[in-house]
Amino acid sequence: MGSIQLKDVRKAFGAVSIINGIDLNIENGEFAVFVGPSGCGKSTLLRLIAGLEDVTSGQVLIDAKDMTNVGPAQRGLAMVFQSYALYPHMSVRGNIAFALKMAGQSASMIDQKVRKAAATLNLTDYLDRKPRQLSGGQRQRVAIGRAIVREPKAFLFDEPLSNLDAALRVQMRVEIGELHEALKTTMVYVTHDQVEAMTMADKIVVLDRGSVAQIGSPLELYNRPNGLFVAGFIGSPTMNLIKGAPAAKRGAETIGIRPEHADISTSAGEWPAKVRLAEHLGSDTFVHAEADGMGQLTLRLEGEAPLTPGQSIFVTPREAHLHRFDKDGRRMN
Amino acid sequence: MAIKKSMRQRVGVTILAWVVAFLIFFPILWTFITSFKSELDAIAMPPKFLFFNWTLENYVEVQQRSNYLKFAFNSVVLSIGANLLGLLIAVPAAWSMAFAPGKYTKDLLMWMLSTKMMPAVGVLVPIYLLFKTLHLLDSLLGIGIVLMLINLPLLIWMLYTYFKEIPNDILEAARMDGASLLNEIVYVLTPMAVPGIASTMLLAIILSWNEAFWTLNLTTSNAAPLTAFIASYSAPEGFFWAKLSAASTLAIAPILILGWFSQKQLVRGLTFGAVK
Repeated sequence: MGSIQLKDVRKAFGAVSIINGIDLNIENGEFAVFVGPSGCGKSTLLRLIAGLEDVTSGQVLIDAKDMTNVGPAQRGLAMVFQSYALYPHMSVRGNIAFALKMAGQSASMIDQKVRKAAATLNLTDYLDRKPRQLSGGQRQRVAIGRAIVREPKAFLFDEPLSNLDAALRVQMRVEIGELHEALKTTMVYVTHDQVEAMTMADKIVVLDRGSVAQIGSPLELYNRPNGLFVAGFIGSPTMNLIKGAPAAKRGAETIGIRPEHADISTSAGEWPAKVRLAEHLGSDTFVHAEADGMGQLTLRLEGEAPLTPGQSIFVTPREAHLHRFDKDGRRMN
Repeated sequence: MAIKKSMRQRVGVTILAWVVAFLIFFPILWTFITSFKSELDAIAMPPKFLFFNWTLENYVEVQQRSNYLKFAFNSVVLSIGANLLGLLIAVPAAWSMAFAPGKYTKDLLMWMLSTKMMPAVGVLVPIYLLFKTLHLLDSLLGIGIVLMLINLPLLIWMLYTYFKEIPNDILEAARMDGASLLNEIVYVLTPMAVPGIASTMLLAIILSWNEAFWTLNLTTSNAAPLTAFIASYSAPEGFFWAKLSAASTLAIAPILILGWFSQKQLVRGLTFGAVK
């Protein structure tokens, strides 16, 4: 069982408030992702759950038990750090076994559990190597193995894939997802990469300067962002946010349209524009255009679109996918 | 960009380096050579460098006249013992300063360092009287405590800089893995800091070995280390240079050999790991 509840949790370092009163419920077995720009407090929030930092006020409950004043070792959680934080003087075996050794388990039990964790993560051949003899991906697996072997109530991941190259990141993302399927343990995952958030999460918590901006499933956040911040944060390339006449026409202060929800025509359409740059990815084409009186627009077309810089085009948003925001930046329905 | 040096420049700099090294080493070399001369040869003018009758009579007489081994034993026990005790205190102190600093930690570190700047002779009388009252004069325990206290600022400072280089993540990972504070220090911090601890100990042992002021003032015979051994050859009738040289060579030989074999660690220790 691994449900986590935060009740009006605040954290301040001296006069500087990092977390401003957060209420949060993470169900048992859920994969929750904390996402947000640098400095929004997502890592701090994770560390408060882990017990590595003390809350300034508020409560942290794990399985409905108040753990606010309990040390990290007694909370029954396991953490995977961004820098892996492997013990450099111990072998892979030693690293994975350390927690079990601290728990006072017998040597035979420790050996059995270490072997099992190593087999799950394809580390059996590396058990006697030291961390410095491993690649980044292997080190990441050892860090995960160290967490798995503790059979914790919940796993905490602090931007674990940031230090890996793009291809390895995709592979590890899938592996972590599969691990979640297999273990069914609660996972709390911090990332600044919203692609990771969208692909891995059951529930995304978007944080903005120490407060929760929105909580919801990936598609909820994608299709119904509750404000300008979430609308501009989730989705890559970012949503086009337009003020002025096109927004007023639709009774809003700002309207938003995602790059893939607009049609481009060379002959007719609502907004005339000029192509600045077309990025050809093969699978998609990203068109960056300057719309008359409206500023920059980014549009996504499937496949190859033969557009060239300087070309005149017309952009028409699909009304069903248009988002409207009021003068306070909140969603209008 | 590599600075181009001509062959002549490189040879010139190398020769200069050797000359400087020779000049620095010369007093020790001269002492060593003099220890094999007769007393007459030792005071000969002009000084004899290599061409004289080499003899071992000084070493024999030094060992006969005074118990070299007892002084050497005291030196070893004091240097190693005092600093091991200092380590037991310095490791937790440096831990708290590196990982749980408070408002006054930096001030405390500075103050500790400042105590090394005070001339020892300023507190000689009070300490002597204290030792006399506590019956600690000429005892290994007494001088051992003094040597430990002298080196404590250095031990704490050096360990502090080494501990600061250990990534905090790794200690946090140990905490998440269920390690108590003691386990964290024993199983994670200390093994990772072993090179730093070794360099620190080496430097501290060398400093204690050579410490002359307190050892001469607070010991006479029982607890006297090699520094007192050398001083005992400064007789009121004048210096017996050859015997003094033999005594000196015997006194510094162990620490010179130790220093030679551990020079890599010493350099690391002295540069505080400044370049990773």
